[in-house]
Amino acid sequence: MRVPMTEYLLIDLDTERWICRVCAHDFGDARGNYKEGTLVYDRDPQEIHPPVIDPEKYEFTFSPDPAFCRILEFYCPTCGTQIEAEYLPPGHPPTVDMLWDIDSLREKWDAHGGNPEEVVNYGPGENAEADLSARFDSVTPHAHSRQNEGH
Amino acid sequence: MTLTTDQFVPTSGDDDASQLLTDQEQQWVDKFMDETTLFLGPDPAIMRTHEIMPRTAYEEECIAKGIDPLEVDRIRKRLAGALDEAFEMCESMGAAPGAKWADLSCAVYTAEGDVTYLSNRGVIAFSAVLHHPIRYIMKNWKDEPTVGINPGDGFFHNDSRFGMVHNTDQSMLVPVMRDGIIIAWVGATIHEGENGACEPGGMPSGSESPFDDGLRASPIKIVEKGHLRRDLLTFLQHSTRDPKLMLADIKVKMGATRRIMDTVDRLIDEVGQETFVASLRVTVEDVETEVRRRIGELPDGTVTFNQFVDSTLKENILIKFACKITVKGERMIIDLTGTGPEILNRALNSPLASTKSFMSQAVLSYWWPDLPRSTGALSPIEIITEEHTWADAGYDAPVGQSLQASFRGFSALQSAFAKMQFSSPQKYSNVVAPWFNQINDFLWGGTTQNGEQVGNLCADLNGMGGGAKAFRDGEDAVAPLFCAMADLGEQEVMEEEVPFLQLVSKRLVRDNQGFGKYRGGMGYEMMVASRGTPSWGFMTVTSGSKFSSVPGMFGGYGCPVYPLAMVKDINIYDIIKKDPSQFNLSMERVMNEQPFEGGDYQTGHMGLQFDVAKEGELYMIAQGAGGGYGDVLERDPELVVTDLELDRISAQVATNVYGVVWEADTFVVHEQATIELRAQMRQDRISRGKPYKEFIAEFVQEEPPKDLLYYGSWGQDNNEELLATHWGKIEPERVKGKIEDLPLIMVPDRRVLKISKLEARVRELEQKYGEVAVHKS
Ligand SMILES: [Zn+2]
Repeated sequence: MRVPMTEYLLIDLDTERWICRVCAHDFGDARGNYKEGTLVYDRDPQEIHPPVIDPEKYEFTFSPDPAFCRILEFYCPTCGTQIEAEYLPPGHPPTVDMLWDIDSLREKWDAHGGNPEEVVNYGPGENAEADLSARFDSVTPHAHSRQNEGH
Repeated sequence: MTLTTDQFVPTSGDDDASQLLTDQEQQWVDKFMDETTLFLGPDPAIMRTHEIMPRTAYEEECIAKGIDPLEVDRIRKRLAGALDEAFEMCESMGAAPGAKWADLSCAVYTAEGDVTYLSNRGVIAFSAVLHHPIRYIMKNWKDEPTVGINPGDGFFHNDSRFGMVHNTDQSMLVPVMRDGIIIAWVGATIHEGENGACEPGGMPSGSESPFDDGLRASPIKIVEKGHLRRDLLTFLQHSTRDPKLMLADIKVKMGATRRIMDTVDRLIDEVGQETFVASLRVTVEDVETEVRRRIGELPDGTVTFNQFVDSTLKENILIKFACKITVKGERMIIDLTGTGPEILNRALNSPLASTKSFMSQAVLSYWWPDLPRSTGALSPIEIITEEHTWADAGYDAPVGQSLQASFRGFSALQSAFAKMQFSSPQKYSNVVAPWFNQINDFLWGGTTQNGEQVGNLCADLNGMGGGAKAFRDGEDAVAPLFCAMADLGEQEVMEEEVPFLQLVSKRLVRDNQGFGKYRGGMGYEMMVASRGTPSWGFMTVTSGSKFSSVPGMFGGYGCPVYPLAMVKDINIYDIIKKDPSQFNLSMERVMNEQPFEGGDYQTGHMGLQFDVAKEGELYMIAQGAGGGYGDVLERDPELVVTDLELDRISAQVATNVYGVVWEADTFVVHEQATIELRAQMRQDRISRGKPYKEFIAEFVQEEPPKDLLYYGSWGQDNNEELLATHWGKIEPERVKGKIEDLPLIMVPDRRVLKISKLEARVRELEQKYGEVAVHKS
């Protein structure tokens, strides 16, 4: 049974692994920090948020100050999806943003009885209904094997 | 702050006999201590708890007579109707700009002060803060012979140290009494603005001590048996810049509470006092019970969301707002340990109760918006904070612009919830990226064209960009985080009352967007200039000019940062009169082209203390954007070129961020080229990204960069150790320790720092050129 935990991450309750919802990449122990299985890039925030007023003339321009602010981009090593973008001061340890109690998660879903990939959606309202099942099942039936590649 | 008898009663002693007082003696001691209490300041026993009160004996009695849920629901609906009516009275009759735009709330409370029900519109944060002053009144004034509580009385307060969203708000709290007993309260609270602080408008970014924060009204009985007390009113009017506003809105609040009271009286006549009391109480309890149940539906685990705020509103720093939320069964623990220390001479600190009020705002408007707005909503959630941090400021810290910290309490909960609720099969609100969280707005003050003294703010604060939803773009300039249905106001109507024009308004700023698969709602620019006034000035009171105020969600990016731009020493009205083509104004054109001869073009961060605005000088800012949701490379290319065509984004962003290829003339997407470019960009990510462990080894430092004025924990492994920048000597030094071990944190006057830098440079140059100069000190 696989539980959608974020837009791009599933937890496989059978194997207790974090996996990529796009390509099935294995990010590691579901009881741990999924970020440990990602590729990370220290992005200069000015590359993302361009200045609107001239940086040659002015200190404040709509573009973040790289001496104050960095954007850590966390990528899936297999499909290259950006699964998280964290704004941090330079040198600050990335946040361990999610740690889940897997036993409790399993208990809750056992009690619920439904298939999380079918049941979970974005909340109330017709347009919030979503297909949050693993994309790799529908796209490439053999994608599971990818988790054994590289990295 | 409160001296109570407890402090004088020996807690242990060698001589046990000395502690044995007869009842009579104990009464004498109590009476003596009561009469000699020096000062009844904010009471920590009241101010540090947000839980609902236990049932009183009378409530118990009323509930024991039986509860009919349908009748409770009917009573609640009748109250809701009365509250909405009172709300509309305040909105249409209130003199405060804030009142006209829905920045207010009306409520019914239990006898002990728990909010049972709040008007459907308005600011929900009040639901988690107004129990404090009522408890204070019940504890200190009910049995106080010189005050007392009688039918027709009304209490006023504004000081957030006694429980308020912030000091600009003013309350009217009125007891519902039967046979001399208080059985409930009704109230109205409005963001009034002007409060006599060191700068006009009630939210001074420049306050350096609590005495700069303006009016310090602890709960006082302003209305006695239906009559407004003229002596106290005069004192309040005299203490602020806008005496007309003070009078008008106290009367409006009296009228609004009277309207609620009419319904309450009728309801009690119809259903009986006991049923009425029971239904108020069970509503509060039911909300608490339901919140516990809903916590139980969330997955067990811990979600951490840290924020970094880049300004004291006088200088750029980085101060952390740490937040770790743990769910275990039906328990939820919110732990802010790691949050930076209070800064004792800057306005950004928030009292704990105000911080919590915005947590309640997140719970009741973004987590579970279907619940009755009640004290019961936050009550079962455990909140851990350290006193004397900037989110839990002590009595001596200025709190003039406390929204800097308290809004972060909102963002911590609102943002973390996307992760907390994502896997939950039962959701009560949509998965949404962070909402914009700054008051990017002009405050103003001075003499109007009608000769009146005023101080207040523009309605543009209500134009915050919404966070992207998981399935659609965020809405532009949609609503402030604190009020779902606030209005942006009619600029032309305002211009009749205030001596300035918004020369540019509601024009979206290109690339002012949280990029993502779905992008955040955008913010617009504002350009103001005074006209026809003997004295006028503007202020801005926000951070986020160097470090983005909100991030995105699940790979989406956050908002950009926001400058303050000014052109001084010009008169735009003269310029436009001479050459109407110059009316083509935008922040980008004005600042980059510098078209007005002789103008002094400046930028700054968004903490501008009251700045004298001569006729026709330009002040320019932009409202902020909500965070984006999901990976930018998954955004529908058609949506990207639509934004491009409307000049919402630049070609650079369309290409480099979104990876879209299009035909320049027609804005037709080149599908295949886009697929290829995006595939290449994914490959580029994979080749430039470093495996986590390797990345950590390179990126993570033991400490913040040396020159960064940093406050708060570093990382999250040792949140109790706070870092701070301390000016014990001329040069700043970094100090570390638990909050109780840190020195008092103050920041020196930036002008003093600048002068000493310039003096050093003068000496250097004198030496270099061999000039002999005598410097006397
Ligand atoms: Zn992947």
